[in-house]
Amino acid sequence: MVMELVCPAGTPAALRAAVEAGAHAVYCGFADETNARNFPGLNFSREEMAEGIAHAHVRGVKVLVAINTFPRAGDEAIWHRAVADASHAGADALILADPGLLAHAADRHPGQRLHLSVQAAAANPDAINLYAEAFGVRRVVLPRVLTVEEIAAINREIDVETEVFVFGGLCVMAEGRCSLSSYATGQSPNMNGVCSPASHVAYSGEAGETVARLGGFTIHRTPKGQPAPYPTLCKGCFTSGEQTGHIFEDPVSLDATRVIPALARAGVSALKIEGRQRSRAYVAEVVRNFRAAVEAVAAGRPLPEAALLGLTEGQAATTGAYAKTWR
Amino acid sequence: MAHNAVGPAAIDLTVGPNPFFWPAAGVRDFYERMSAAPVARVVIGEWVCSKRLPFWQGEIPLAIDRLRQAGKDVALTTLALITLKRERRLTADLMDMGLPVEVNDLSALRLVPEGASFWVGPMVNVYNEGTLRWLAGRGARRICLPPELPLASVAVLAEAGRAEGVAVEVWGHGRVPLAISGRCYHARLHDRAKDSCQFVCGEDADGRDVDTLDGQRFLTVNGVQTLSQTTASALRWLGPLANAGVGSLRLSPHSGDFAAVCTEYAEALAGRRTAGEAEGTLRALLPGHRLSDGFLAGGAGAAWSG
Repeated sequence: MVMELVCPAGTPAALRAAVEAGAHAVYCGFADETNARNFPGLNFSREEMAEGIAHAHVRGVKVLVAINTFPRAGDEAIWHRAVADASHAGADALILADPGLLAHAADRHPGQRLHLSVQAAAANPDAINLYAEAFGVRRVVLPRVLTVEEIAAINREIDVETEVFVFGGLCVMAEGRCSLSSYATGQSPNMNGVCSPASHVAYSGEAGETVARLGGFTIHRTPKGQPAPYPTLCKGCFTSGEQTGHIFEDPVSLDATRVIPALARAGVSALKIEGRQRSRAYVAEVVRNFRAAVEAVAAGRPLPEAALLGLTEGQAATTGAYAKTWR
Repeated sequence: MAHNAVGPAAIDLTVGPNPFFWPAAGVRDFYERMSAAPVARVVIGEWVCSKRLPFWQGEIPLAIDRLRQAGKDVALTTLALITLKRERRLTADLMDMGLPVEVNDLSALRLVPEGASFWVGPMVNVYNEGTLRWLAGRGARRICLPPELPLASVAVLAEAGRAEGVAVEVWGHGRVPLAISGRCYHARLHDRAKDSCQFVCGEDADGRDVDTLDGQRFLTVNGVQTLSQTTASALRWLGPLANAGVGSLRLSPHSGDFAAVCTEYAEALAGRRTAGEAEGTLRALLPGHRLSDGFLAGGAGAAWSG
């Protein structure tokens, strides 16, 4: 069976590009704080969502709507409305993280298929079975803290589908359980749908270096003339005692192309590509390569060369937690 | 001056689980002191890394006995991130100890026996009334809220907690748990992988500090956990927290005279010291610490309102 390829769409144009390029499913969110990629200029209005879903459905492609931040106390109605609107627009599944919101969706929209967001960080069979039993969750997006062997073991103990990230940005912390960004800026993935937000980034030229700061904290200094990576907090260069370096993670992104066959053997149902903030050209190229890769794996053929070339834009890539040595 | 006749219920103190890896003798001494400290309850157990547990596990029953003899409520914490089979078994075993369990990884909820009540720790994402009610329905009796919540959210949740019979607790003092990972950063700093860590986190009694390239003090690495380098303190917020109906402040263990730290909070809560006086004493007690309260203020967590 071909693994389902779940592709990002930050805009209606990217959704059409992903559909065109061979996505089996596209995930996207509303243009507000209800989703974990709440960046300026991204995401869908209610009308765009309905049009996007219609466009995809005509072409046999599913649309999964991410409503995966944690509703603010006192303002749950905003998230409840997002659930209702996505459901009425015909979303094939809602990707949720918050137990209260899952309970609401299961209660008020009983026919609606629910996926558990990576933001819920369900990292073992007990957690997954809990969400399955309590809310009828049908698929779980696994946090990026697990090895391939652990994923295989999890799949032996659960009845729901698993989806894993294979490409793009890489969280090194358990997702949905990280307040590093809000510690430095006051804005967090859980509460605001943003991490290391551009609104709190400042660059300055100092002594022949480009200094990138987040909320006033220096994240890295790059010699002038070299490309300065975006100051994502956990990919920063810091000092501890005698050591200076990328203490949490190098400025790398995830490329698990080579482990797709192992993930298939581990029982994974769907592969997810990160990057709702990416251009439609990028999305199209990545989706085409991964579609070829999952077709090859399903047919028992070797991975196509093109899929292995990588699209990490000159950045170093890692297979992350899928290899035990990463830890 | 009280502005209404019936004041809010008093806030008491909860000592959270020790995040750090201390030698067994240090653990014994710490809980000996906690048994005499002015705190209502203590959460004990390994919270961060299951590999550490065998080195100090033997102290846990002794500490529990000592604390209960002194009249403290005691609960056992789960790990904050449960992935291995061995860790799931450890979690299941906690349920048979005859004490409340504080759930710090939601997966532990599935192991709580039918009808048993439990506590919820700060590593579980309780951001809104819906989640609080869902947990209450499953038997939660106490919830320590995620430290990044602002006062406005705390107030809404404390009210929801009252309606559900759930005591709401707020991060009151200590380095804030900001993240948990599959990767061990302590081991990584020593060019080791987690599986061959040789327990290097035990070299740093309060974790290992991480500063920016410009020398700004920033974070603290504690094995797979990342903490704030500042010591968060709710001292300046005691009035608003009491008015919101918060039931308890969580004090998170660190080295030094932690019993004296507990006493400062107890005295400030009892109105025998002003917040300013208590802050002065804290600063004298904790010379290396910088304070923060930015999360309660609704801004960057590292900020301090003083």
